[in-house]
Amino acid sequence: MSFIILLPLLGFLVSGIAGKYLPKQVVGIISTAAVALSFGFALHMFLEKAVLGEAVSQKWFTFLQVGGMQIDVAFTFDRLSGWMTLIITGIGSLIHLYSMGYMKEDEGYYKFFAYLNLFVFNMLLLVLGSNFVMLFFGWEGVGLCSYLLIGFWYKNLNYGKAARKAFVMNRIGDLGLLLGLFMIYKEFKSFDYSTVFNLIASGNTSSATLTAIALLLFVGAMGKSAQIPLYTWLPDAMAGPTPVSALIHAATMVTAGVYLVVRSQALYFQSALASDVIMWVGLATSLFAALIGLKQNDIKKVLAYSTVSQLGLMFVALGCGAYTAAMFHLTTHAFFKALLFLGSGSVIHGMHHEQDIRKMGGLKSKMPITYITFLIGTLAITGFPFLSGFFSKDEILLHAFAHNPFVWGLSLISASITGIYMFRMFFVTFHGTYRNSHYPMEKVHESPISMTLPLMILAVLSVFGGLLNLPHYFGHTLAGAFSEFLAPMYSFAEHNPEVSASTENLLLGAAVAVFIIAFVAMRHKYISKNNVPESDEEMTGLGKVLANKFYVDEIYDTAVVAPVEIAGTVTDGLVDDIAVKGIADGIGSTPAMMSRGLSKIQNGNIEYYLVYMVIAVSILLAINLF
Amino acid sequence: MFNNLPIPFLVLSFFTILCALYVVTSKNPIHSVLALILTFFSISAHYVLLNAQFLAIVNLIVYAGAIMVLFLFVLMLLNLNKDAEPVKSNLWGIAAAVSAGLLLLVITAAFQKAGENVMKHPVEGIGLVKALGQSLFTRFLVPFELSGALFLAAMVGAVLLGKRDKGNKELLG
Amino acid sequence: MIFQNLDISHYIYLSTVLFSIGLFGVLFRRNAIVLLMCIELMLNAVNLLFTALSTYMGDADGQIFVFFIMVVAAAEAAVGLAILVMVYRNTRKTDVSFLDQLKG
Repeated sequence: MSFIILLPLLGFLVSGIAGKYLPKQVVGIISTAAVALSFGFALHMFLEKAVLGEAVSQKWFTFLQVGGMQIDVAFTFDRLSGWMTLIITGIGSLIHLYSMGYMKEDEGYYKFFAYLNLFVFNMLLLVLGSNFVMLFFGWEGVGLCSYLLIGFWYKNLNYGKAARKAFVMNRIGDLGLLLGLFMIYKEFKSFDYSTVFNLIASGNTSSATLTAIALLLFVGAMGKSAQIPLYTWLPDAMAGPTPVSALIHAATMVTAGVYLVVRSQALYFQSALASDVIMWVGLATSLFAALIGLKQNDIKKVLAYSTVSQLGLMFVALGCGAYTAAMFHLTTHAFFKALLFLGSGSVIHGMHHEQDIRKMGGLKSKMPITYITFLIGTLAITGFPFLSGFFSKDEILLHAFAHNPFVWGLSLISASITGIYMFRMFFVTFHGTYRNSHYPMEKVHESPISMTLPLMILAVLSVFGGLLNLPHYFGHTLAGAFSEFLAPMYSFAEHNPEVSASTENLLLGAAVAVFIIAFVAMRHKYISKNNVPESDEEMTGLGKVLANKFYVDEIYDTAVVAPVEIAGTVTDGLVDDIAVKGIADGIGSTPAMMSRGLSKIQNGNIEYYLVYMVIAVSILLAINLF
Repeated sequence: MFNNLPIPFLVLSFFTILCALYVVTSKNPIHSVLALILTFFSISAHYVLLNAQFLAIVNLIVYAGAIMVLFLFVLMLLNLNKDAEPVKSNLWGIAAAVSAGLLLLVITAAFQKAGENVMKHPVEGIGLVKALGQSLFTRFLVPFELSGALFLAAMVGAVLLGKRDKGNKELLG
Repeated sequence: MIFQNLDISHYIYLSTVLFSIGLFGVLFRRNAIVLLMCIELMLNAVNLLFTALSTYMGDADGQIFVFFIMVVAAAEAAVGLAILVMVYRNTRKTDVSFLDQLKG
């Protein structure tokens, strides 16, 4: 297992240190190979052990031993972490391959691959760790890599600000996570997963404590997985190169929060309040982000809000107790969102770095492979029957209905809006007439094989990924493979939703209906009537509000950022300039002042000296004698 | 304290202190010198009272006869008079008096505290020349010779210091 | 001719008073010559004390020490006056308060 984790680290070191001197191809190949080999080892271990239910644990060394607290650097490759590892390394290697083509002209090529490898390493630490501290290590590490990669084109100040925003928001979430970790240690005297979850399962902890821990951990997940209120960093994170968005902000890092909750299933199962909070937050995020996505005109921004919305859906699942469904959706989402992002990257590459969909159009003839794969991705996310997204989303909706029909209704609405904005984007980008005046249509080209190959692979996965966890509809042998697979991972058995077959049919029908309505409506608007989304100046009313993201960023600026900046200025002026400098200067100047004062005694006049002498002798005598 | 004190001692002490005060407070330096000579005389009388006759005479010869004459010489040569005497402010006087008084108090207190260890009554036959000579030339021989060397050095130094630079024609600068 | 009802303490007081008077003179007078004279007065007060102690304790060493004090006093007076004359030649004054170049 050490290879799985250390290979990407090795790749990072090689690329980082020697990459400057090696030719670009070599750097790319080394980095990609590192992750691909890691995937190979992971797959081997997965098939050998995890499929059989055996977990492989390794303890490397004791990181810290203070008093009674011992923190080990230890890893466990069980079904859950193994599955996540496969996703990370598998999609990771595809994205590395893609980056070889996408970043070819960039001068920071070797740095990019170094950071990517470092990211994979940290993500592996996160999922493979067998205690909360290793999770936290990886958590922070991926936060760092996210910062490095978002602000990769550092010469643009705005990108740097976006990177900083991502990092700071993550940190806010991390505070919650850290507090949760402290409470865990206080309560259970251990950070180890098995110890903690066994203790929780034995039922001796007060539910108030459990709820508190659960909520605190969720705050961390809110930051990392971009839920309300800590989601605004993700759309801004689109400033980074597209492979970054694909890897970090679609497939892996943002799913860390989901992983955390699934891993801590014992905790959330016991705390109904925390689970409810998760559900409502997820629902609100899902709707909110979907609405904003309706009016975005940057390809990547649409996909970013889509990610936020889909993550919200995953958290809805978690809140309803459907942990497997959430993992299932995580997997399929990784497939098709990575596909969509990479596809958008291909479009951007082909359009010579144009990202506004209003300046595209009619690309389907020019970029066929991209077109087809993008279509598949869009169909998957909107829930075209029998594609992967269809099954995973319906699983969630099913559990939501069983838990609370109102939640189901709102989730359905969110799904429909998803369909609307995805098709809007798709039709405007690929259909219709070419609208870019700055870049002639002849120059628009398909991307090289290094970029299209991953697209194709991901498209295949997006189509067939649904086979993982077919609903019981399809007979007992095929159905529910994934939930059975993950079942031993849970401390408490999942509730299976008890709905009659007819209800299930109705739900499925509703989802399909929503899909068809979205498809037809958008087709009508953008293809039949050949509409084009209006330019920024023409937006009015509700559309303007949505396009401006409900002005949330501006609200944050005035409510949160401005007071902090004022506090900083005040502290600088008041505390630093006056108090600290005053004290420091004072300490410096006091001896000088004293010496200046005292030096006046030495005026050279012996009369004064004599008087001083006499007085001194008197005093000395007095002291001595009495 | 003043009971049973012999009249001579009392009178003599009074005189000594009076002369000393005049030395210190007189505006005319010549008067100061003369008062100091009188003080020396009275101190010599004290020595006689203490049966230290040799010292009394030596005191007179050395101090009153040599050192004071030297002072008088220099005074005359510098031709100082009472109008050339710089005067200090009263504040100084108070300060000086306070300091001196402070020391006086402290030493007195120290002596008070020292208690009764010192003998109350004088011993006969100490101040005679023979006794002194015996002590001086046996136990204190080296300091005695060294004091000769000291005088030599002082003499040479004084002469050297008093030399005029070449080209300085005036008698005293 | 030694009085039997004189205590050493009387001589101590006398000597101390003379010393203080001399000290007052040193602090108060500005004329350098008078300053030196007051120093001589202080030395004499000490001489008196030594002699008194020597008589009352029966030890001749006290009076021997008076010798040496006189020796030193004489030498110091000579040299001091020589210096004073030099200063007078250069500054035309005997005022001590003008000798203040060595200040901080």
